[in-house]
Amino acid sequence: MDFCFLKVNRINLFFIFEVKGEILGNAIEVKNVEMHFNMSKEKVDNLKEYFIKLYKRQLMYEDFIALDKVSVDIKKGEVFGIIGRNGSGKSTLLKAISGILKPTSGTIKVYGAVAPLIELGAGFDLDLTARENIFLNGSVLGFSNKMIHEKFAEIVEFSELGEFLDVPVKNYSSGMVARIGFAVATMVKPDILIVDEILSVGDFLFQQKCERRINDLMQGGTTVLIVSHMLEQIRRLCNRVMWLDKGKTKMIGETESVCNAYESCV
Amino acid sequence: MRAYFETFKRYKYLLINLITKDVKLKYRRSVLGIFWSVLNPLLMMIVISAVFSNIFRVNIDNFPIYYLTGSTLFNMFSETTNYSMMSVLEAKSLIKKVHIPKYIFPLEKCMFGFVNFLFSMIAVAFMYIIFGYPIYWTILLFPVPVIYTLIFSIGLGLILSALSVFFRDIVHLYSVLLTAWTYFTPIMYPYDILNDKIKLIMHLNPMFHYVKYFRDVLMYKTIPNLETNLICISISVGTLIFGLLFFKSKQDKFILYI
Ligand SMILES: Nc1ncnc2c1ncn2[C@@H]1O[C@H](COP(=O)(O)OP(=O)(O)OP(=O)(O)O)[C@@H](O)[C@H]1O
Ligand SMILES: [Mg+2]
Repeated sequence: MDFCFLKVNRINLFFIFEVKGEILGNAIEVKNVEMHFNMSKEKVDNLKEYFIKLYKRQLMYEDFIALDKVSVDIKKGEVFGIIGRNGSGKSTLLKAISGILKPTSGTIKVYGAVAPLIELGAGFDLDLTARENIFLNGSVLGFSNKMIHEKFAEIVEFSELGEFLDVPVKNYSSGMVARIGFAVATMVKPDILIVDEILSVGDFLFQQKCERRINDLMQGGTTVLIVSHMLEQIRRLCNRVMWLDKGKTKMIGETESVCNAYESCV
Repeated sequence: MRAYFETFKRYKYLLINLITKDVKLKYRRSVLGIFWSVLNPLLMMIVISAVFSNIFRVNIDNFPIYYLTGSTLFNMFSETTNYSMMSVLEAKSLIKKVHIPKYIFPLEKCMFGFVNFLFSMIAVAFMYIIFGYPIYWTILLFPVPVIYTLIFSIGLGLILSALSVFFRDIVHLYSVLLTAWTYFTPIMYPYDILNDKIKLIMHLNPMFHYVKYFRDVLMYKTIPNLETNLICISISVGTLIFGLLFFKSKQDKFILYI
């Protein structure tokens, strides 16, 4: 019951903003987003400790700011790169945009359907085979089994996993997991594709293939967000780049200028 | 309301695929497969009947069927809530990757428990035939108590699944609670042997009402009256609403703890 009210509200809001977003041509609007984490060393995850700490008044909360007032507008059809040192908050920002993490404050508006976040090692049930995972992941996106059946051959072809199709995913190499992950997420043209460092694990040929697929999607109007530590890749693919440093926006702008600034600083 | 159904329709296939996955994994692991779901309650019934009707001399007509009906329904409750409790933690790889309504996971586990329940109903049917127990037309009403129990289980499952994310030891506490709950529900003994005070307290036990309802229609050719139905409905729906609200208020924090 309660969920339905929530949904109705969301849709109304969505509609209003969609009109505004349409005019501005933005796919994603991130405004003043802050993400705080509790970094206290001993995380309480059971009742016993909780009550002991509550009694001793030792329930600690150590605030850590992973994203600090980040604002950025990403245009429709753009390939947008995010770079920065380890722990600068890139993955956190991607998770906030895909709706997985709810920001502590600030607003994020996304116009269109987001494909599942593609990152290393996540999203698959390791006990299941690739075939079963493809169906499971497809239905997570709301596709019917019939639709997945139709796309199945294409996915298998793209991931080049022919003979491993009925092997549990836990026996896969990380590059192989990356392959099906990417193939499933781009199975049906999403409005927004988010890629976190995955392109760096595939071999050279697969990277080329992914880049081609990203280009195809871009032609079709998909907005792509890429996090990568490989600057050549960012240079090849992106229209604009954002440089995050310790949770703060250091620079947003043309690929070349941001990459150069980042390189000369590191 | 329509928007709610739209989302639900969108995730229909996810629900179906998750249930299929669970059924497959469950029966892939055990050699006896589905056969086991039928055999297990039967074996339990033989053991319990031997103990209770010979050693303790509990006086109930048709004890094997009395026990089997009660335990089958109670098992559905304990299985669904137990599975639900772990569901959000188990689904962490999906929750970390894509934004989906998280209540899908406890709900799915309840459906899975329901499927298992249907298998063990085969055992009940089997016993009816073996013992030549009379089959009354009220048996047609058996989905009613099952649905009441299921709704109650979904509500409780939502609460447990949210709690277990923050407090892992809930899992142990709940298993102790479940054991106590089993003994506090008239499954192996008749309600009549209890003294008046305990009888009164017994009415606070939701499972008591559902089990009694289940036996009334299955064994005693009785249609529970309006009052009983109202009690059952309010417990089920009340628990469900509370569960949904509780789950909703906690779900945004799951990601930080799994
Ligand atoms: N769930 C969490 N709880 C506590 N702290 C977290 C959590 N997730 C991320 N952090 C912290 O937030 C900071 C940013 O992490 P994030 O994963 O976004 O970095 P990143 O830029 O993706 O780094 P990398 O290049 O290594 O992938 C890190 O210091 C990390 O410790
Ligand atoms: Mg990262």
